[in-house]
Amino acid sequence: MTEKPNTVGGVTRRDAMKVFGATLGAAAFARALAPLQEWDASSDFDSFVQKHYKELTPSDMERVLERLTHSTKEEYGADVTIKDVKPLDGVQYGYALNLSICIGCRKCAEACHKENNHDRTTNNSYIRVLEMEQGSIDLERGNSTYEHPVPQPNRYYMPVQCQQCDNPPCVHVCPVQATWKEKDGIVVVDYNWCIGCRYCEAACPYHARRFNWAKPEIPAEEINPVQAYLSNRIRPQGVVEKCHFCLHRTREGRLPACLEACPTGARVFGNLLDPNSEIRKVLATKRVFVLKEELGTRPRFFYFFDK
Amino acid sequence: MFTRVFCTLICLFGISSCQKDTFSTAEDVPTPAPKFATTVVLPSAFGQVNTEQKDIRGQTIGVACSTCHEMGLGGDVPARKAHELQGFHKDMVFSHGTLDCQSCHHPEDRDRLRLANGESLALADTLQLCGQCHGAKLRDFNDGAHGGMNGYWDLSKGPRTRMSCMHCHDVHAPAFPQGMPVFPPKDRFLTNEPQHD
Repeated sequence: MTEKPNTVGGVTRRDAMKVFGATLGAAAFARALAPLQEWDASSDFDSFVQKHYKELTPSDMERVLERLTHSTKEEYGADVTIKDVKPLDGVQYGYALNLSICIGCRKCAEACHKENNHDRTTNNSYIRVLEMEQGSIDLERGNSTYEHPVPQPNRYYMPVQCQQCDNPPCVHVCPVQATWKEKDGIVVVDYNWCIGCRYCEAACPYHARRFNWAKPEIPAEEINPVQAYLSNRIRPQGVVEKCHFCLHRTREGRLPACLEACPTGARVFGNLLDPNSEIRKVLATKRVFVLKEELGTRPRFFYFFDK
Repeated sequence: MFTRVFCTLICLFGISSCQKDTFSTAEDVPTPAPKFATTVVLPSAFGQVNTEQKDIRGQTIGVACSTCHEMGLGGDVPARKAHELQGFHKDMVFSHGTLDCQSCHHPEDRDRLRLANGESLALADTLQLCGQCHGAKLRDFNDGAHGGMNGYWDLSKGPRTRMSCMHCHDVHAPAFPQGMPVFPPKDRFLTNEPQHD
């Protein structure tokens, strides 16, 4: 004679455990899928399956730009024009900064903030202005949070932004090739391909990369409507961004926003391949140096003192 | 023998791995022919003395220097130093080396400037006047490495506007004044918490 299973009201202990386990599993599964409820299938599916920038055909790009324009209107209420501006032939950009006449007013950082549709709550900008002690170029001892009249005696001011290195550590470490160097020398990011691992941010010796911790907040009337795919279009949350020498302006022949904002003319921008350009004159006649030269990053951003 | 081959291999490997990282730079290109001009702009109401009177549109009325000086209001002998001034211009700040009024202002033709060699110069040609002493700055200005600018780096695509000396420097006290910086950073890592050394 076999022993009867121990039951309560006809339900065995084993069955009760099964039901309990199944309920727990179902609940966990539902929780795991919960983010899908916020998924706007129409646009997000397209962005999910979107190819890498370099693999997009012109018609693909047209659709992508249309989608991005549409979503900017929907999410921010602003009418913008997003273009895919290509590098120019025979142009290699270079930037130089005269530390003797920079007064540390931070107007370049502010202009960058406005031009590039940065998050308003964090005062994000691609430029960090360091107040430095005279006699030292130790970046780690520079102070970027000074709040007193400038220029102070015995101090000089060093704005630091992406150096557009010819040997860019940030590009080498990217596991998904979401960032690369364009043929005009500008290091760009495909914000839709970036997975937000922030390896590049850690690799950059100039602290030039920024991470979008939150979705950028910008009032519709403050959004700069002149945008490009690889530059100042509003970035999604969770991706890395960086200075792109205002490529939506510079690839159309205009000067970068930070240069136009500079009240002293400390900034010099131009085509490194044109022997008569301002930047070439500076390289030929001033004693220029690059930051952290010993790292071998070969920046395209040069600094100099007048004397 | 083996060591030599090994070293060569190491060298080759080293060179090839370096080359992987290099970014190819192209040869120089000819300067594109400029189709647009670079204009040096002068400050608004330049060459006029503010009378603190407003016209019917609410705009400040300015008068040319000669308006008073031709009438003999400037005194019989043109002033050289600030302390000689009796009425007008006394509230101005003069801090420009050892220069006196007549170093730059023409004592006879009050609407014009005077170069160091005595030549008369139009009021608008301040770059030339300032450049007499500040030659290095004028050279940098002409090379595009001093003074604010707007517009196009590529003059075959659009024009450029450049600021003159007087946009930033008060010619009578030219040291760039101190001012509060704008746009304080709000980095979450830059709070006032104690930091590591």
